[in-house]
Amino acid sequence: MNTNRNDHPTDRLDLPGDGDATAGAAAPSSGIEVIGVSCEFGDFRALIDVDLNVPNGSMTALLGPSGSGKSTLLRTIAGLETPSGGRVLIGGRDQTGLPVRTRNVGFVFQHYAAFKHMTVFENIAFGPKVRKWPKARIRERVHELLELVQLSGLAGRYPSQLSGGQRQRMALARALAVEPSVLLLDEPFGALDAKVRKDLRAWLRRLHEEVHVTTIFVTHDQEEAMDIAEQIVVMNQGRIEQTGSATDLYDAPVNEFVMGFVGEVNRLGGRLVRPHDVEIHPVAAAGTTEAEVDRVVRLGFSGRVELTTVAGGEEIWAQLTRSELETLNLAKGQRVHVRPRADAVTKEDTGALADALSEGTPASPTPIPQPPGLPV
Amino acid sequence: MSAEPTAAAPAPARRPGGDAGPRLTRWALRYTALAYLALLLILPLGAILAHTFQDGVGAVIDAITAPDAQAALRLTLLTVVIAVPLNTVFGIACAHLMVRGRMPGKSLINGLIDVPFAVSPIVVGLALILVYGTGGWFGADLAAIGIQVIFSTPGIVMAVIFVSMPFAAREVIPVLQEIGDDQEKAAATLGASGWYTFWRITLPAIRWGVSYGVVLTTARALGEFGAVTVVSGRISGETETLPLYVQKQFETFNSVGAYSASLVLALIALATLLALNLMRRKESR
Repeated sequence: MNTNRNDHPTDRLDLPGDGDATAGAAAPSSGIEVIGVSCEFGDFRALIDVDLNVPNGSMTALLGPSGSGKSTLLRTIAGLETPSGGRVLIGGRDQTGLPVRTRNVGFVFQHYAAFKHMTVFENIAFGPKVRKWPKARIRERVHELLELVQLSGLAGRYPSQLSGGQRQRMALARALAVEPSVLLLDEPFGALDAKVRKDLRAWLRRLHEEVHVTTIFVTHDQEEAMDIAEQIVVMNQGRIEQTGSATDLYDAPVNEFVMGFVGEVNRLGGRLVRPHDVEIHPVAAAGTTEAEVDRVVRLGFSGRVELTTVAGGEEIWAQLTRSELETLNLAKGQRVHVRPRADAVTKEDTGALADALSEGTPASPTPIPQPPGLPV
Repeated sequence: MSAEPTAAAPAPARRPGGDAGPRLTRWALRYTALAYLALLLILPLGAILAHTFQDGVGAVIDAITAPDAQAALRLTLLTVVIAVPLNTVFGIACAHLMVRGRMPGKSLINGLIDVPFAVSPIVVGLALILVYGTGGWFGADLAAIGIQVIFSTPGIVMAVIFVSMPFAAREVIPVLQEIGDDQEKAAATLGASGWYTFWRITLPAIRWGVSYGVVLTTARALGEFGAVTVVSGRISGETETLPLYVQKQFETFNSVGAYSASLVLALIALATLLALNLMRRKESR
């Protein structure tokens, strides 16, 4: 859709990733640079000296527990929050101190922020109308977007007549209508039920492939982040812990927080280790710890074994394949010997992960409250 | 209004299963409310209507078209036309400041808004005389440039503005709080200026709060008696508002005159309510 629009000057940064993928498409998109941004609310330090580089045309997730500063960072980029220090650059231009309305960002709010007294058409036409586009062009643009977000038949409806997912897509279309240089989504699927979330996730990924506008979205769901984003930024207590691809974060977490937040972990002998990296031996071997089998659960292809270490009393679980389970043939109460695999990613457990998570959302996706009127 | 049929729909389905207790309570509540309304509202209003027309329609028309009655009506409408828009604009601005503004002294303003509710209207009238009367702070200076406030139209308008000030703000504040600022923030990200956002987003969202504010302000401005009595001087045909006129006719045993003027007052108030309801119905259609 944006591929043919050359009338917009593209002030792109030469950022990593701004290469072949976007070179062909002259999208009016831009990279985002956040340099040393801090933000306080009273005594609470929401952001502490944050640096972030978002390549042009990429899809980036800000992932973290609640209170980690991810939404504040997004709102600061949009200009909805004023940082106490640092700079925000969009497309190489310093936006610090500029009002929201001049930044040309598309922002999608968690609770849609639909204009309730306007129809779907009027909602989407709002931005172009503010910019005084000619009527015919507005009409054309709105219909183009309605098609893109698959709401073509619903132009005359009011937001109250739409489902949650439809409202969210309308909000997306509204944000995209003015051809923003960046698209910012604040927990875009947070208020939707699980099924709709999954559908919209896949849909957003396809949309991004089509539109290719630099996109940042906020989520506390690591599965969602890994599913959609090319780059994931893990945040905790106002700071960025690690930035990288899903594989980077999973295979090479820089610390125990990242390790615990992007996947499941056990505490084994004072170290954090992933359940699929726990080895079970019938007899003692180098580096093993004695443990007692509490429970064996077979889940189709894989299975889980729940154990308690004899010496430390640590409750752990191991993820094994079906054949491994059959070979071991474990029974409840049996004494075995466990150790992390030789190539396992482990981190020392200092208790920091537990501290961080006890204040916020647990690493596993939390049940989402059902908005009224949506099918369960 | 439009939501009523849908809201009432599940009730009949539940009724067969319901026992006699809740039904009796419902019945008692309903008829108590009706009796209350009948005794305190419908009966007296009906009595006015009956008394008004006791000497026939001609007498009523004569009473309403009497020069002093016409002058009182004009003065009342003038005060309404000045006070209601001013207080509506003030009320919206004040509510916006209270709900969206970030500034010290908000609770002080919050308390000040309610002063006209708390202070007796007579006191308001006396206070105006103290400030703008002949012996008041500004009275002499204003008189020197030819402006008479007390015992004249400006004083009456000021008294009415004062007593009807809080209604719009008090109606708009909760609505503004309820809608939140997400829509306004969204408009800003789409490039809208503060004014544009206010006219296109905020005002439409709070329109019913504003409308009720206007209706209440109008009702109060139409009917204000206490504060106006003190500052008006009650010169027939000049500084007499419709409520003052009603009282004077009543005191001079011109009951048809008093009731006819009352009827006019009631009709104006009803007309504003009706206008509001028609607007709502048109929208929810």
